Amino acid sequence: MALERSDVEKVAHLARLKIEENDIPEYTRNLTSILELVNQMQAVDIEGTDPLAHPLDATQRLRHDEVTESDQREHFQQNAPAKEAGLFLVPKVIE
Amino acid sequence: MHNKTIAELAKGLADGEFSSVELTRHFLGRIDALDSQYNSFITVTPEQALAQAEAADATRAAGNAKTLTGIPIAHKDIFCTNGVLTTCASKMLSNFIAPYDATVVEKFNATGMVSLGKTNMDEFAMGSSNENSFFGAVKNPWDTNAVPGGSSGGSAAAVAARLAPGATGTDTGGSIRQPAAFCGITGLKPTYGRVSRWGMIAYASSLDQGGPMARTAEDCALLLNEMAGFDPKDSTSLKKAVPDYTADLNQPLSGLRIGLPKEYFGKELSAEMSEAIMAAVKEFEKLGATVQEISLPNTMLAIPSYYIIAPAEASSNLSRFDGVRYGYRCDNPENLEDLYKRSRGEGFGKEVQRRILVGTYALSEGYYDAYYRKAQRIRRLIQQDFLNAFNEVDLIMGPTTPTAAFDLGSNTDDPVQMYMEDIYTLAVNLAGLPGISVPAGLINGRPVGLQILAGHFKESQLLNAAHQFQTATNWHQLAPNAGQ
Repeated sequence: MALERSDVEKVAHLARLKIEENDIPEYTRNLTSILELVNQMQAVDIEGTDPLAHPLDATQRLRHDEVTESDQREHFQQNAPAKEAGLFLVPKVIE
Repeated sequence: MHNKTIAELAKGLADGEFSSVELTRHFLGRIDALDSQYNSFITVTPEQALAQAEAADATRAAGNAKTLTGIPIAHKDIFCTNGVLTTCASKMLSNFIAPYDATVVEKFNATGMVSLGKTNMDEFAMGSSNENSFFGAVKNPWDTNAVPGGSSGGSAAAVAARLAPGATGTDTGGSIRQPAAFCGITGLKPTYGRVSRWGMIAYASSLDQGGPMARTAEDCALLLNEMAGFDPKDSTSLKKAVPDYTADLNQPLSGLRIGLPKEYFGKELSAEMSEAIMAAVKEFEKLGATVQEISLPNTMLAIPSYYIIAPAEASSNLSRFDGVRYGYRCDNPENLEDLYKRSRGEGFGKEVQRRILVGTYALSEGYYDAYYRKAQRIRRLIQQDFLNAFNEVDLIMGPTTPTAAFDLGSNTDDPVQMYMEDIYTLAVNLAGLPGISVPAGLINGRPVGLQILAGHFKESQLLNAAHQFQTATNWHQLAPNAGQ
C-alpha cells in the first residue's frame, strides 16, 4: 500500500507542518515502509479483545472543582516569542 | 571520588570524608575537562550546583541530612528545571527556560541533592542512538565511534564516563534500558504510574515513565526511593505506598523462578550476545534460581503496535508546540497558518516530523479503528502474554538489545531498521511492566546488558535480583578508559 506524494502533503497540512519540497519523496518512502511494518497487525484476530489505554486499566481521577493555582501569567509569558499587555501576539487573523 | 557508587558517596558524606561542595566541584571539573569528547551534557549549571552543595553541607552540619543529601546528579533534558534551559534536545525548545520544576526534580531538590546540569538525548525522546539531537550526537565513552544508545544517551554516557554518579532518564520504548546496556551501567524503568510524569515533557503519555540510571542496582534503589510516589498532578499516577527499595536487596535468590522467552533468543540475536546472556543466567542458577523456557507468542507484534501508539500520542502531545506561547517561532510569518507550519517545520527535526506524520495519519478520519484502536487491542494481547508468564515464573530474563552498541551513522538511513533495535524493550512499555538492564559482559570492548522483567510494582524483586547478580559478578565495576 504505497502512499502517494499527495497523501504526505495532506497529512503534513493536517499536522500544520511545513515540509521541504525535496524532503517529500523521502518522507513518502519512510511513511510507506512504516505503514508496511504496522500492517502486520491487520492479520491478527482481535475479536473480543478490549483496547488497552492504561496498562493498569486505571480510570481518570476526578477532583473537586476548586482553585488550586495562583495567577502566574507574567512568569509563564516570559517564554512567549511575542506579547503585549499580557496577550500573546500572532499575525492578523481578521482583515 | 568519581569511581565511588552513590551508596559509597553517601557514606563518605555522612562520615565527613568529604563535603558536598568538594564532591560537586570534583564532578563539575570532570565535566569541564572530559565532556567535549562525549557531548553528554546540553547545559551545565555550576553556580546552581555549588549553591545547592553549600546548602546541603549546611543541612548536614545542622544534623538534618537525609541519605542522599549532597549527592550530585544529572537530569535528562526532558525534565523541566525551574529557571534553567530545558530543551528536550530540540530546536523547538532551544530557548525555553522552564518556569517550574518537574515533580521528580522537586523531589530530588527537597532531599538536598545537587543538580549538575541537563543531559543530551534524542529530540523529544524519539530515537535509539542519540543521533537525533539538535545539539549533536552523544558518543559512547567505551568507544567514541559507537552510539551511546537512546533516547537517554547523555545520561547513560555521563554516568559511564563518571561525570555524574547517577542521572534521571525516561523510558517510552526502552530509552532507559537500551542506553544503560550500551554504556555498561544499570538502568531501571519502573511500573507505569509509579513515578510522576508531571513536568516531564510528554512523548507518548500512555507509555512514558521516568526512572533512575546509575552504576549499580543498589544506587538505582536509592534513587527510586526519592523519585517514586503518587502525584495528584499526574492524572495517570497510581496511589500506592512506596516501599524502601533497598530493604530487599540482600534477600537470597534460592527458589527464584526465572523464565527465558524463546522468542527473545531467535535468529536476530548474535551468537556472542546469546553466550553472554546465558553466562549471566548461569550465575543466577548458582545463586539458587531455577530456569525454564517460556513463551511470549505475540512478541513480534510489539513493534507495529508501538509504532502506531507512540506516534499517535506524540502527534497529539506535540501539537502544543505552535510558535505562539513559547518555543521557536519562524521569522516573518505571512499569516497564522504560515506561523504554525513554518515554526513547526523549522523547529522539529526529521525523526520527530516523521513520527508526527505517522501519528497524524493513524488518527486521521477513517483510519482510527484500523490503526490506533487495533494497536491498543494488540497491546492487551501483549500484556496478557506477560501476565500468563508471571503465573509460571517470578522474573523474565533476556538480552536488553539484539547487539552491542552499533557505530555512529550506521543505522540512520532506514527508520524501520532502527525501530527493530527496540524489539526486546518495547513490549515492556506496552504492558506497563518494570524492567532493569544490568551490565553482563563485553563484546569487542562494547558492553552488553541483561534485561530483567517483573510483574507490576515488583521493582523490589528486580532490584534484589540485580543486586545479587552484582554481588556475584563484576561487570558493573568495569569502567571505560574515560572512567580512569
